[in-house]
Amino acid sequence: MINNIPPAAILIIGACLIPFLKGRVKATYMLLLPVIGFFVVASVPEGIHWTVGFLDYELIFGRVDPLSRFFGYMFTIISFIGTLYALHLKNEDRQHVAAFLAAGSAIGAVFAGDLLSLFVFLEILMIASTYLIWARRTQASYTAGLRYLLVHLFGGLCLLTGIVIHVHQVGSIEFGVIGLNGLGSYFILLGFGVNCAFPILHAWLPDAYPESTITGTVFLGVFTTKVAVYCLARSFPGTEILIWVGATMTVLPIFYAAIENDLRKVLSYSIMNQVGFMVVGIGIGTTLALNGAVAHAFNNVIFKALLFMSVGAVMYQTGKSKCTDLGGLYRTMPLTTVFCIIGAASISGFPLFSGFISKSMILGASTQEGMGVLWLVLVFATAGVLHHAGIKIPYHAFFAHDSGIRTQEPPLNMLLAMGIAAFLCVFIGIFPSALYSILPYPVDFQPYTAAHVLDTFQLLSFAGFAFCLLILAGLHPVEWRVILLDADWFYRKGGKLFVRLANRFVGTDRTDRTDQKPESEGG
Amino acid sequence: MGFYIFLAALILADFFVPKHPFFSWEGYPSFYAAYGFVGYVTIVFVSSYILRKLLRRKEDYYDD
Repeated sequence: MINNIPPAAILIIGACLIPFLKGRVKATYMLLLPVIGFFVVASVPEGIHWTVGFLDYELIFGRVDPLSRFFGYMFTIISFIGTLYALHLKNEDRQHVAAFLAAGSAIGAVFAGDLLSLFVFLEILMIASTYLIWARRTQASYTAGLRYLLVHLFGGLCLLTGIVIHVHQVGSIEFGVIGLNGLGSYFILLGFGVNCAFPILHAWLPDAYPESTITGTVFLGVFTTKVAVYCLARSFPGTEILIWVGATMTVLPIFYAAIENDLRKVLSYSIMNQVGFMVVGIGIGTTLALNGAVAHAFNNVIFKALLFMSVGAVMYQTGKSKCTDLGGLYRTMPLTTVFCIIGAASISGFPLFSGFISKSMILGASTQEGMGVLWLVLVFATAGVLHHAGIKIPYHAFFAHDSGIRTQEPPLNMLLAMGIAAFLCVFIGIFPSALYSILPYPVDFQPYTAAHVLDTFQLLSFAGFAFCLLILAGLHPVEWRVILLDADWFYRKGGKLFVRLANRFVGTDRTDRTDQKPESEGG
Repeated sequence: MGFYIFLAALILADFFVPKHPFFSWEGYPSFYAAYGFVGYVTIVFVSSYILRKLLRRKEDYYDD
């Protein structure tokens, strides 16, 4: 019976009931929704389901194949973990509903078989995500949310323009392989590119995500960018330009993350870096590369959520998230420290942790194709990941100088959510076949060869050795209380200039007011 | 101390583990160790001593 309902509908319609429930019933219900969603994703047979006629077209809400099912697993699992992490919020129904709308629309986009329903789900995802940013209810989150909304409206319009041109050209709304051929496809790629945080289009990510709520960021960090990865894998596999776009994405943010003071901004730049690895895999386009890209998406969703959760736990307990304010918390938050280190080891790609078994596939694919320069760039970026995510995050939060802060572990639900994510990171790292068996294409890849394990340990350990030497020599720079200019400068300063000029030449209001107060809690 | 012994063991192990280099540079002994070390130092120096000088602004830069 339940199989007659699309998983997206279970989460989206199910979310509407949340405000009417209370106490344990509500908690159980919220945890149950993603579980039901997971079983539907697992049990629906491959093929086309849930079709609806619309004008002259047929909308497909359930194109089930190994690729869409894989992302379906990923999104339902992380929805469960994210919901568990947010369970202590008692009077935040709107935030819970927004989180479920985001999860449901992401799953809807993944199972969409046509471009029109894909577009609609992406727009719902955009609105739900904007609300998750506004839910922090600060002036900073209000303005960051507005910028997020404007940038994504631009991306959405590009996508819509592309879809209209493309459908006009090919006469079908099917959401399949498009490839770069003609104006429509360029607009579609641009639309996906905004969501995917392509370089220069990326500034919304480190601008908006750190302004969201502690629990909201866990959802935000997962859905928008990974849905975009899915869209690229579906429509542009083997598109060569993606290799170099992705390679730039892996390198550019590591320099920013290295000097950023706010740990949640560091993690936001890290999202861009990790998505870069996936985009490279999609650009290479061989079955090994595509498998690597989506496997890395899966692992990244778990370990990035784990890192956001552990930094979020620190923020929940101390109210702080900047390197300059934190340090020495391992004394009072030992469990959170361990979870954070597991997330850090996973993202760095240490053997026996999940990042190792998926990033190796992308590197292996670049080797197979004989792309030496690309390989050098990706291995360099791996050292960069160790720097900002592997060392900087746990070091500045839990070790480094003692900030004098004495606190305690976060609530049990937060610990449990981090524990489940940490378990998955280790489990997948030790038993990669568990993940390989559900990948979209047959897998013939062995990550644990003696040479590969040794090479990885050499790379990471000597990068860590460099860190130790720099610290001992007093050459490792301390963090500064500054912000860094990024591509958002153009529209943040440009927007103000525009308003000033408009006021001067055509406006009657000459007061130069560009900021407005948030309307009733930004709702 | 244990860490330094571990590092030395990694370098020594290079001579005993059979390798299958695809690219010529992968075959050099300790290539990965050197690349990791140099890469890390490069990231720290370029970002801290060049990029931060160019891009830093006060925390209230956008708040006017």
